[in-house]
Amino acid sequence: MNKRIAEAFAHGKAFIPFITCGDPSLEITEQLVYACGEAGADLVELGIPFSDPTAEGPVIQAANMRALSGGTTTDKILEMVERIRKNTQLPLAFMTYANVVFSYHKGDETADSGTECFVKRAAQAGIDGLILPDVPFEEKEEFGGVCRKYGIDLISLIAPTSEDRIARIAREAEGFVYCVSSLGVTGMRAEITTDVGAMVGLVKQEKDIPCAVGFGISTPEQAKEMAACSDGAIVGSAIVRLCETYGRDCVPPVREYVRKMKEAVKELS
Amino acid sequence: MSGGRFGIHGGQYIPETLMNAVLELEEAYNHYKRDPDFNRELTELFNEYAGRPSRLYYARRMTEDLGGAKIYLKREDLNHTGAHKINNVLGQVLLAKKMGKTRVIAETGAGQHGVATATAAALMDMECEVFMGKEDTERQALNVYRMRLLGAKVHAVESGTATLKDAVSETMREWTNRIADTHYVLGSVMGPHPFPTIVRDFQAVISREIKEQLKEKEGRLPDAVLACVGGGSNAIGSFYHFIEEKGVQLIGCEAAGRGIDTAETAATISTGRLGIFHGMKSYFCQDEYGQIAPVYSISAGLDYPGVGPEHAYLHDTGRAEYVPVTDSEAVDAFEYLSRTEGIIPAIESAHAVAYARKLAPSMRRDQILVITISGRGDKDCAAIARYRGEDIHE
Repeated sequence: MNKRIAEAFAHGKAFIPFITCGDPSLEITEQLVYACGEAGADLVELGIPFSDPTAEGPVIQAANMRALSGGTTTDKILEMVERIRKNTQLPLAFMTYANVVFSYHKGDETADSGTECFVKRAAQAGIDGLILPDVPFEEKEEFGGVCRKYGIDLISLIAPTSEDRIARIAREAEGFVYCVSSLGVTGMRAEITTDVGAMVGLVKQEKDIPCAVGFGISTPEQAKEMAACSDGAIVGSAIVRLCETYGRDCVPPVREYVRKMKEAVKELS
Repeated sequence: MSGGRFGIHGGQYIPETLMNAVLELEEAYNHYKRDPDFNRELTELFNEYAGRPSRLYYARRMTEDLGGAKIYLKREDLNHTGAHKINNVLGQVLLAKKMGKTRVIAETGAGQHGVATATAAALMDMECEVFMGKEDTERQALNVYRMRLLGAKVHAVESGTATLKDAVSETMREWTNRIADTHYVLGSVMGPHPFPTIVRDFQAVISREIKEQLKEKEGRLPDAVLACVGGGSNAIGSFYHFIEEKGVQLIGCEAAGRGIDTAETAATISTGRLGIFHGMKSYFCQDEYGQIAPVYSISAGLDYPGVGPEHAYLHDTGRAEYVPVTDSEAVDAFEYLSRTEGIIPAIESAHAVAYARKLAPSMRRDQILVITISGRGDKDCAAIARYRGEDIHE
């Protein structure tokens, strides 16, 4: 397991915020990462925007569009990560779509494929994990082999529909398992009805690996409830919504939000 | 083929939430495709409801005018609902019904696949919801009404570029939201395995009939088969039973829009590169960072930034050839076929007619060229009139 990812789960229940890179700008994204770290985040998920994010609800879709129309590119994001890594050891994972990785070609002749170019550069920049929501178990080796070579954990996802697949996925999982709490796409939900504890239980039967729950969490109560039956909570849309609402002034409200959420999950530790 | 691959193309690049659904679909399909009752029911729907077999018509005036190969038109435009789309839809909705699903969802571009899905859902008493780009709901208001008339609920998709690719994305999102009772009736030979195979098999009736009908009329195989390619369902249907017949030239006609040297094009094989999108590895129009490009064609049915994985494979192996056809060439062909044969083709199919006008004169008179007329052109008349500067609205 990547050392920094292991570290993220070594201090009790984890809180993991998600940020769409470049919304409203990469300068602000960099500030947000530091603010999240200061407020107690254990790992930060950095979303590389994609033109057609099929697993995202309206809030993160809109953030992707804003970031892309603002001129955000994969290269600029990698440069930002290099800067961030000089200032903090906070665990960082990229969240993006298969094509952003597969189609990344930057003329690195020692790399076999776009995927290898991307993963190599991401590892050099200081990325610890990679989450690709459109790469299921059946397709993961195409990305997983390269990730292992460069010391990045390719994070596996399980969903409420996974059932008999969970054991197989868990056995080969690396870093942590991302438990999708609900059917549908990312976004805030009034309640989460899935028996997430049972999903986590099936993972733990196979492998001693941290499980973090995402999709639909926005309140401290939900974060606490989800963290109680797992090893941590992931929040995306609620944070992206703050970025949308406050624009360039989003750093203080995001810092405050992350602090409250971390406090809620910390009480359990 | 293993794991739904066509060479390096295809695969299942979809969220984990959908994996058990596509595995269940694959299992059900593998069972029913060998089930005599299922096949009997489907054949009856094809023949009694959709009006199959569709005619293979000898285009005498066109043949004489072009002065080369003998031209036959495969008349998918004569099917119920006016296009080849009904073949796939009857198969998939019947399959969904057998699987115990009570609701179908579908994407649509211009509205042809949406209308076909709503039709089959009405016939088989299924709940139906169709996702259509907001821009397309405005351009094709009549088709929105048709779908509603048939009992379907139509959602205008406002995300992204509000066109076909966004309608596909939104239908996938809706499927992750409600899976247990719902089947996604994908409209082309694209998406994650097993869709490219299922849709291909249901459309393969086109080439099976061409083969039989031409044998009866001419006692031989054609020399070339032409069809338009967006996602590529009518083309793969037209090619399938000829793939092993190496003497038959297979030609797919892509929508070049304003030209393959412009940004306003949808010619994926001419201008795209290998990528992963909408569940499959194939060729896509995209930028240097893998962002999917906005595409353009006068034909809403070909206005898609990707192509089905089996076409990508047929291109790689050289078994089929893919050529770009511009808006202007397609509109000329739309008018040409109308005046020469009294057949108004869909603007999509007119792309194949346009290339036939170039190809036929270079072929010998004892050679045979088959063009699939994938749909009828009534839906396009107002748009083509406007393209020609007339102020006509539906």
